[in-house]
Amino acid sequence: MSAVNIPPKPKLNYLNCDKTIRSWLLTLDHKRIGVMYLISTLTAFFVGGMLAEVIRTQLLVPKGLIFHATKHMSSFAAYKHYNQVFTLHGIIMVFMVLIPIIVAGLGNVVIPLMLGAKDVAFPRLNLISFYLYAGGAVMAIVSTVCGAVDTGWTFYTPYSITTETYVCFMVGGIVMIGFSSIFTGINFIVTIHKMRPPGMTWFRMPLFLWGIYATSIIQVAATPVIGVTLLLLILERVMHIGFFNAALGGSPVLFQDFFWFYSHPAVYIMILPAMAIISEIVPTFSRKHIFGYEFIALSSLAIALIGFLVWGHHMFVNGQSAELDTIFSFLTFLVAVPSAVKVFSWMATMYKGAIKLDTPMLYAISFIILFTVGGLTGVILGCIAEDVVLHDTYFVVGHFHYVMFGGTIIAFLGGLHYWWPKITGKMYNETMGRITCVLLFIGVNVTFFPQLIVGAEGMPRRYASYLPQYQGYMIASTVGAYIQLVAFLMMAGYLIHSIFRGRKAPDNPWGGATLEWTAASPPTHYNFDDTPLAIEDCYDYSYIKYDPAIDGYVRTDMPAKPAEEPETAPAHG
Amino acid sequence: MSEAMQVEVNPQVVKKHLAHHFDTMQQQFDAGKLGMWLFLATEVLLFSGLFCAYGVYRALHPQIFQFAGLYLDPISGLINTIVLLTSGFTMALGVRFAHTGNRKGLSVCLILTMLGGFGFLGIHGYEYFGKYRQRLLWGTNYHPTVAPDGQKLLPAVGLIPPLARPKPIEAAPWHHLTLMGKRGFNVVHSNLAPAPIGVQGVVSKAKLPAPTGPYSQPNNVQIFFGAYFLMTGLHSLHVIIGIGLMLWLLIRNIRGDFGPSYFAPVEFVGLYWGIVDMVWMFLFPLLYLAH
Repeated sequence: MSAVNIPPKPKLNYLNCDKTIRSWLLTLDHKRIGVMYLISTLTAFFVGGMLAEVIRTQLLVPKGLIFHATKHMSSFAAYKHYNQVFTLHGIIMVFMVLIPIIVAGLGNVVIPLMLGAKDVAFPRLNLISFYLYAGGAVMAIVSTVCGAVDTGWTFYTPYSITTETYVCFMVGGIVMIGFSSIFTGINFIVTIHKMRPPGMTWFRMPLFLWGIYATSIIQVAATPVIGVTLLLLILERVMHIGFFNAALGGSPVLFQDFFWFYSHPAVYIMILPAMAIISEIVPTFSRKHIFGYEFIALSSLAIALIGFLVWGHHMFVNGQSAELDTIFSFLTFLVAVPSAVKVFSWMATMYKGAIKLDTPMLYAISFIILFTVGGLTGVILGCIAEDVVLHDTYFVVGHFHYVMFGGTIIAFLGGLHYWWPKITGKMYNETMGRITCVLLFIGVNVTFFPQLIVGAEGMPRRYASYLPQYQGYMIASTVGAYIQLVAFLMMAGYLIHSIFRGRKAPDNPWGGATLEWTAASPPTHYNFDDTPLAIEDCYDYSYIKYDPAIDGYVRTDMPAKPAEEPETAPAHG
Repeated sequence: MSEAMQVEVNPQVVKKHLAHHFDTMQQQFDAGKLGMWLFLATEVLLFSGLFCAYGVYRALHPQIFQFAGLYLDPISGLINTIVLLTSGFTMALGVRFAHTGNRKGLSVCLILTMLGGFGFLGIHGYEYFGKYRQRLLWGTNYHPTVAPDGQKLLPAVGLIPPLARPKPIEAAPWHHLTLMGKRGFNVVHSNLAPAPIGVQGVVSKAKLPAPTGPYSQPNNVQIFFGAYFLMTGLHSLHVIIGIGLMLWLLIRNIRGDFGPSYFAPVEFVGLYWGIVDMVWMFLFPLLYLAH
């Protein structure tokens, strides 16, 4: 059916069907909302990243390069600014980047396309959710201008009650972003439940949808709790209600329990969609059927469910009983199992595949390596005896940056490069993409591996100054951060270049078999001309052949019957 | 997850109300209903955070809840429960009328439900006002002017007598309240003899020890009133939103939007009102029957 793949006539797509600003700001089109999310989250990522560079520059010398005592300022006052910088870095990266960037950014664009649907179930709710996010960001900016928060992104009481910085605005903004996250989750759960095309059963869905589904469950089930917790924190500051204030009979530990009841599952809100992206990229670029489909699908749900039961491992040293410590430690080890199931499945998918090392695949391989480091250091921290020593050291910082940056952000970049031709209709410079990915991989390791070592040697986190013996590691870490900065600038350069000068993308540049590759690049306003039938196996690459004429892939033939177990797809490409 | 409610097919309604991305009205209705249930689940979780805090503090300081519960009037709570449940019934009846296409019945039911909501808010507001007059407030604002036996401690604010007057118990005047600093804490603990209504609880009123002098209330009673105002306040906010939604439904119903082939908004607001009722069914015993 090569007729489908004739280079499309200049056709209206979702980007150019209506060019007014109003049509963008009030759009109900999931693709446009997704693009707006991508632009906002990437802007937030830029701000948070620059704050990270400030942090790393500060730590070049033991006394602090940027914030240190001067004739006019005590070290206490100077270091307070450092506290504000790392707090803002944490808040921006966690609440405004990591949580929405994949689910709300890429997910909005891709999910309805993968389902062969015209839109998400509730387009208006989708737009509301975007504006809640934007409103939350505005409140965060107001708070930062009035008096940037210096509590750390965890807002632990009692300091968050007594500090004079603008905690209420910041926390209010985060509550709004939380509601945005809830609405996105509701939207995607209903979309996946009710809008699958005829023929797509639960176990024929692309794994990306399984990952998003599990993520959405966490978003819906955990986020209300952080909402009410942060609301209580605001009331604590405004009305002195006393719930988290020991002087009024409250319990600060209750705040920690509430906070981590959300914020630990929130870690899985960040990592599950990342894993979901990898589950799409790896089979496509290995030209081989995914290994262990059901295991990958169900392990997402397992991670989502067990993830609710491990929050106590953040509080091993706060006086929690030894019995609770033991239970939480055990459950923490347990959550490593489904994660490992995924990693092994990806490895087995690549095994004997015809691997194409294109940019998305390079990111996927980077993800597997970096996530493994991050995950295993997490298991180390889940062990009570070791956690007592390593708690609040740079080891923890190294660990979660390996997971959050090496995991979520790297996978997001993989997904961004994977779907970039679909979103923009343009191809980026492949060579530049590969070089940047390798550079970024080096940068991540140079930044965060020294942090693991220096943490194990005892350097505490969140300090504006440190003992001279740690300086070597700190300099290495900072150099890594600069390497990352260069890599990101290169990436911004070639991606923006591709929008204006890039080669026109074919409908299916990578040879993916999921439904979004049957839509045009970029898709039309209603995505598909008619609802596609999803009867075939979405990881069967045997009938998708490379066509040099369009430098893309075409479906040579629809299999007469859906193959039951196409284990051995002929290696091609 | 719920039994399938059949939506009648009516081409005119389809043209008017079917969104472009759904195939059938049935699919649209089912999607909306699933979404509503998920949203209500998040509402329950929102309240469950407060219930959880309540549970923790009740387990840590049972004496606070036994003592402070005496300040709340179960009778007015019971009246409110009846009012709210009645409005829940009229709402459910309204949903039924929407299914069968009885426009007039739906309008009447919506108005009755709104009246129930207003009645609930009115009784509740009156109760709040009483608490305010007696300074039975949260956190640092807790400066009670009345002991649970109704005896005045300080001049009360306002003119209207409180509706929720606690049942009298035999006790001596209570005059150990002190203030400390303008932003300091209202220190309500004393070194005096422990409360007759303490951890052990009241066995029976007759068995209370004879008043032998000033008795103390337990520490940190303000925690209870923090919980009381937070939980009932958040609930009342939901009632207000519900009344607003019903007004919207009423306007649309008068316009003639709803019928057997399109009743989704009525159904969803009905579900929402059910959750509002349900949360109150937990709040009432936890707060009003706490002692």
